[in-house]
Amino acid sequence: MGRKVLTDKIHIPGIETIEVYKNNGGYETLKKALKQMTPSEITEEVKKSGLRGRGGAGFPTGMKWSFLENTSVGPRYLVCNADESEPGTFKDRFLIEKIPHLLIEGLIISSFALGAESTFVYVRGEFKTQIGILSKAIREAYASGFLGKNILGTGFSLDIYVHSGAGAYICGEETALLESLEGKRGNPRLKPPFPAVKGLYDRPTVVNNVETLAAVVPIIALGGEEYAKIGVGKSTGTKLISACGNINNPGVYEIELGLSVDTFLNSNEYCGGLKNGKNLKAIVPGGSSVPILPGNLILKTANGDDRLMSYESLSDGGFVSGSMLGSGGFIVYDEDACIVRNTWNFSRFYHHESCGQCSPCREGTGWMEKVLHRIEYGHGTSKDVDLLVSIAKRIEGNTICPLGDAAAWPVASAIRHFRHEFEFHIENPEIVKNIKHHSPEKYKVAVS
Amino acid sequence: MLQVTIDNHTIEVPEGTTILQAARMIGGSIVPPAMCYFSKLKGTGGKCRTCLVRVAKSSEKDARPMPKLVASCSTPVQHGMVVENTTSQEVLDTRKSIVEFLLINHPLDCPVCDQAGECDLQNLSYEHGLENTRYEEGRREFPQVDIGENIKLHMNRCILCYRCVYAVNQLTNGRVHGVLYRGDASEISTFIQNSIDNEFSGNVIDVCPVGALTDRTFRFRSRVWFTKPMDAHRDCKTCSGKAVVWMTGNDISRVTARKDQFNEVEEFICNECRFDHKNTTDWVIEGPRKIDKTSVISANHYEKIKQAAIINPVKKIIEKQAEK
Repeated sequence: MGRKVLTDKIHIPGIETIEVYKNNGGYETLKKALKQMTPSEITEEVKKSGLRGRGGAGFPTGMKWSFLENTSVGPRYLVCNADESEPGTFKDRFLIEKIPHLLIEGLIISSFALGAESTFVYVRGEFKTQIGILSKAIREAYASGFLGKNILGTGFSLDIYVHSGAGAYICGEETALLESLEGKRGNPRLKPPFPAVKGLYDRPTVVNNVETLAAVVPIIALGGEEYAKIGVGKSTGTKLISACGNINNPGVYEIELGLSVDTFLNSNEYCGGLKNGKNLKAIVPGGSSVPILPGNLILKTANGDDRLMSYESLSDGGFVSGSMLGSGGFIVYDEDACIVRNTWNFSRFYHHESCGQCSPCREGTGWMEKVLHRIEYGHGTSKDVDLLVSIAKRIEGNTICPLGDAAAWPVASAIRHFRHEFEFHIENPEIVKNIKHHSPEKYKVAVS
Repeated sequence: MLQVTIDNHTIEVPEGTTILQAARMIGGSIVPPAMCYFSKLKGTGGKCRTCLVRVAKSSEKDARPMPKLVASCSTPVQHGMVVENTTSQEVLDTRKSIVEFLLINHPLDCPVCDQAGECDLQNLSYEHGLENTRYEEGRREFPQVDIGENIKLHMNRCILCYRCVYAVNQLTNGRVHGVLYRGDASEISTFIQNSIDNEFSGNVIDVCPVGALTDRTFRFRSRVWFTKPMDAHRDCKTCSGKAVVWMTGNDISRVTARKDQFNEVEEFICNECRFDHKNTTDWVIEGPRKIDKTSVISANHYEKIKQAAIINPVKKIIEKQAEK
């Protein structure tokens, strides 16, 4: 049984209300932080904890915070990125819905550490229910004196604003999020300058994921060093993994980083193995934008070591035989899944969500989708697979923001590991046209 | 002053200069092409990705190369920076792919496009484009729109450089013009088909690098290379009155702002000068506009060159023969 620090209390009935949350030790950490610690001590604890950004990139949070230290006087902002729109990832929604006060507590402690007096929570527009839950919890926190002027008599004041997105995936990119928050079109900004220098309203800003900010609470409660004992190597702490696909127990699980993928997939405590006794075909371990890995490479690295759920282990082997932890969207495909269809589906998503600002992403995502659509519906030609590899390579690294990379990686990796499926589609157009959901294994049955 | 080396040319530039500006100071073939950057409009650049260059050395302090190619128009120079543009095969290959991306949805209707001959995209694809296309799907299509009585928007040709958006936002007061939708469905548009009603709106024609925004008073009158550009000025209350008049015989076919060697407007002109004064008597003609020799517009213009510059191509060979 892994240690749980974020979701240990979610099963208590009524934990989303402030009374129950307070009765179970809620807001005690906040009192400790505000009354006994200085902002720089909090930042120091976060640094010691080794916490890394849970939104996907895995950048050390303490380091991100310390970029603000030397900047000039005047307002500075903390922005919480709750624009969780990655296909396969649904952990932030879970956290906000089940235990909103944990996030609020984390926000207050983090704002205190950063010296921010206004904090914005940018919530994905589709999360109507969660926006309601969060807003209600914030009102409760105001009423209890944890928000507003002179919190707990310490002289620290903080206002939290909840902002609803309007349905664009790109607004989860931190600079596009800031543009959107300012009321502009959600186009990512050119970097540098980074948000730590010139962020919201041109002021120094830190943008963190929901899970990252929630994790600040156990870090302060336990102490950075104690928190760092959870996990493995540079991947410290716990991570929420949203597991979906053809598994017995889909859902959100809090795991200690360093748990083996095999255990996570097959143990009954977590995913509980594949449904209906099917065999594993592939897994996307970190949300749709990270490379897909075939079953043998996800359970063992290319060197034959056990693959662990950690930043380092999942990216072991680079993009040749590895992937990324990303935002923790664990998508499992069984033997019947069609990789071509899945790749087309992802590609369609990125085509739809590209902001259209820079040419490689605007034109390339659409082009890839059209070629994949052609292959999927039996109109592909022998050149198409190499064409896709070439387009993906030409988008990757040449765009303003990471959406270009996120669109290119799934396509490139699917072809790298499942080239035979693409070729099968091209070589057998008649079969492909007649069967709805298809994989080579199914064809063999259909043909024989 | 910061020292920067671009393609083995070293130059000292003031702080805050971007790589592209430094390259333009050096001049010549090492200047990266720029489709979206426009030095006179704040905030432009970084979008088209044609100006990507490789930074082989970040600065004097940090000798590491930058991990990815950077947009030279928006990356400031650091002391001791070493930049590779035409000397890096990676940069040239990437530029080729960017041109491919820009062209997959472009209609390539140059034979009937008024911009042909002075089109940045045409020049760019001439230098970096492929001779065939790998794109087999249908190109995106939009209806043509008249924005105001003098400007035609031909969205099919647009490469979404956002220059016109910045031009209207910065030169005029009203904000009725911007980008709608997203991804490859994005389009330049005016607020519910409003016309841009402003005395400087005509400048969007000059800042457009392609034939997406054209002058309706000149549409299909003549190919640009059959007209002769002349520097001219007039007394104007709204703008400087300095413009270029493009003559067909003794008639003025169109009026544009004066553009420098990087195809950027020197001084923005008002709509009155641009659209309403097409009589030779309205203007004081200064003389022929200097046009770059490589431009198709210079095709019918002869230039007097100095005697000393004339080189006899066979002279050296004759001398060598004589020595033997």
